[in-house]
Amino acid sequence: MQSHNIIELNNVVKTYQRGDVAIPVLKGVSMEVAHGEMVALMGASGSGKSTLLNILGCIDRLSAGTYWLDAVDVTRFSKDELASLRNSKLGFCFQNFHLQPRMSALDNAMLPLDYREPILSRKEMVDRASELLELVGLADRMDHQPSQLSGGQQQRVAIARALINRPRLLLADEPTGALDSKTSHEILELFEQLHQDVGLTMILVTHDAEVASHAKRTIHVRDGLIAGSSS
Amino acid sequence: MTKLLTTRDETMPQSSSLRWASDVSSPKHTFRRFVFRWRPFLRLCVTATHALRRNVLRSLLTTLGIVIGIMSVIAIMEIGQGASATLGESIQSMGSNLIIVMPGAASAGGIEMGAGTMPTLTPDDVNAILTECPSVLAAAPSVQARMQVVHGSKNWVPATMLGTTPSYLAIRGWNSLDEGENFTEQDVRNANKVCVVGLTIVKELFDGQSPIGKSVRINNVPIRVIGVLGRKGANVMGMDQDDVLLTPWTTMKNRVSASTLGSVNQSVLTSSANGVNSFGDAYPRSFIELYTTPTATQMMNTPRPQRLTNVDQIFASAVSMERIETAVDEIQQALSRSHNIRDGQVDDFNLRNMTELTKMFGSTTTLMTNLLLAIAMIALLVGGVGIMNIMLVSVTERTREIGLRMAVGAKGRDILAQFLVEAVLLCLFGAAIGIVLGRGISIAVSKLAGWPVAASPYAILASVGVSLIIGIGFGFYPAWRASKLDPIDALRYE
Ligand SMILES: Nc1ncnc2c1ncn2[C@@H]1O[C@H](COP(=O)(O)OP(=O)(O)OP(=O)(O)O)[C@@H](O)[C@H]1O
Ligand SMILES: [Mg+2]
Repeated sequence: MQSHNIIELNNVVKTYQRGDVAIPVLKGVSMEVAHGEMVALMGASGSGKSTLLNILGCIDRLSAGTYWLDAVDVTRFSKDELASLRNSKLGFCFQNFHLQPRMSALDNAMLPLDYREPILSRKEMVDRASELLELVGLADRMDHQPSQLSGGQQQRVAIARALINRPRLLLADEPTGALDSKTSHEILELFEQLHQDVGLTMILVTHDAEVASHAKRTIHVRDGLIAGSSS
Repeated sequence: MTKLLTTRDETMPQSSSLRWASDVSSPKHTFRRFVFRWRPFLRLCVTATHALRRNVLRSLLTTLGIVIGIMSVIAIMEIGQGASATLGESIQSMGSNLIIVMPGAASAGGIEMGAGTMPTLTPDDVNAILTECPSVLAAAPSVQARMQVVHGSKNWVPATMLGTTPSYLAIRGWNSLDEGENFTEQDVRNANKVCVVGLTIVKELFDGQSPIGKSVRINNVPIRVIGVLGRKGANVMGMDQDDVLLTPWTTMKNRVSASTLGSVNQSVLTSSANGVNSFGDAYPRSFIELYTTPTATQMMNTPRPQRLTNVDQIFASAVSMERIETAVDEIQQALSRSHNIRDGQVDDFNLRNMTELTKMFGSTTTLMTNLLLAIAMIALLVGGVGIMNIMLVSVTERTREIGLRMAVGAKGRDILAQFLVEAVLLCLFGAAIGIVLGRGISIAVSKLAGWPVAASPYAILASVGVSLIIGIGFGFYPAWRASKLDPIDALRYE
């Protein structure tokens, strides 16, 4: 329905600097993702998928090139503007979850709501978080701390946290990496459901061709460049 | 899971499984934002408390400096206030609002004898003060003596032996008599041979038995005891204020002192005329001249009839503490007039009051308290440095947490607020413990050592304020460092 793309990446370069040595990781990536699209990002380990996803999620900044997100040039955004953008429009699932160790699953899922505007009451926050935790199948694990959860359960807490602010764009770095095929199937089903019902745009990084097959389109990354895309 | 979604489908008007993007800003939200403005702050406090509870022992040790500092401040303030309150009472016991009029300095042969050496005060001066000075509540003349008092086989020389009028008691703050009654104006007029005595005299001469109606002999004159004064204890200088014997001044002057020569504080003029420095004059005993003999110059300047009587001192009390200065001025004027002192001429009397003494002792305690407070402040500063140190460690330890919070939308100022609130809560927590311990110490001191203490709400308020300032002051830098982190670097921090 929207005419423009939600993501327009143009010739993006990302270079890490380690002392005097410059390490080019992304060497000129251009890609477009339309509203409501579900895209898989594949590539060998170390090819730069996570780096690309961090840039798409406005967590990392790019060294050169342009990034238009939802028709705004986010390369010009200030730190604070990026922060509220991440809070309101983006949901991010990290490759290694980044759950807070001494917080319950519920509190972990609620964390982004602390920085949300307008402010919700504690009850509204709990309602939202438990709704989502139920959705990812953790209704009976809400008061567990991450250390008391399995890898797959932690992954699902991370997904609930990414969804808590009802984002426009969900970025997931290997969301099924730690899951068995049954659970991973459930998660993918959930993703598809969200994709269909809400029209949530999704970019999933994966090594798994089976996972990628759920997506309408697969983008291949090789050595910091887009190697091609297949649908 | 699918079931869950379908249940929701039924309740929702749209086909959406979740209420997505429903939170667009509406008037209701604006209102809510206004009402719940305190909510983020409350949440910050809860988050900070959780963070501090994660390592209780470390939080306790971190805030120990603050605890000790605040504890000292509270204890010092309370004990200090107790001390100055007692000091005030003790000065008050010497006579509230007391003003003493001393005779002027005698000068003989070019030698200044110092204040009080020339008898220039008369009972008429007392009347002048009473009639002309509205700020003076009461005034009483006094005639001093230092003589042996005998009862039966015992004898005793009271530290204070005065002839005065009944109002003397009120002026010196002697509000109650233990037994019997005070002498009256009638007794003064008739020079009746009666006296009231302090408890020390009762102990020394009467073995603690009631002396009422019994007689003591002073200079072989029998004097009946008609009253016993209430206990007053030692004054600020440690002088026993109960070692006292009071008679009507007329009795002291005319019957006791006059009965023999050389028994009362004499007029210095006579002795000074023939050898000022003689050893015997150190404790003068001769009373040779009953009449005042002014210097020749004074006689020339102010010719006046010679007075038959003079008094050694006049005690007066001001209506209130605030009006002491006014009362002093009024007495000054009244006496200058009655003594015919012209402008530019030196007064032949001196005025003393207790305000200087109060100030002196007050400033000593204040100085001590301030010194101790300064030390306590240093303890607080050290405590603040401890807080800063641990907060820096905490920021480093929790770099990944900061990174994640930023990645999910925390702005720099959110992180700043979080760590600042943590530091401030730590300080306030320390202050609370410190206040309790400080109160405990001051209560223990008052119980065990018997020192007076006074609870000081001001000190409690001040320590809360100071710890707040320390929390903000020393917590700011670590919090600022945390707020300046970059999300991706912080997330990757190992
Ligand atoms: N902070 C950094 N400093 C230097 N080099 C980095 C940094 N982060 C990533 N790299 C390098 O960038 C390259 C891409 O890393 P990235 O994490 O994007 O790979 P990936 O495609 O996500 O791999 P995987 O599938 O294993 O997660 C790697 O070679 C890595 O060494
Ligand atoms: Mg990766």
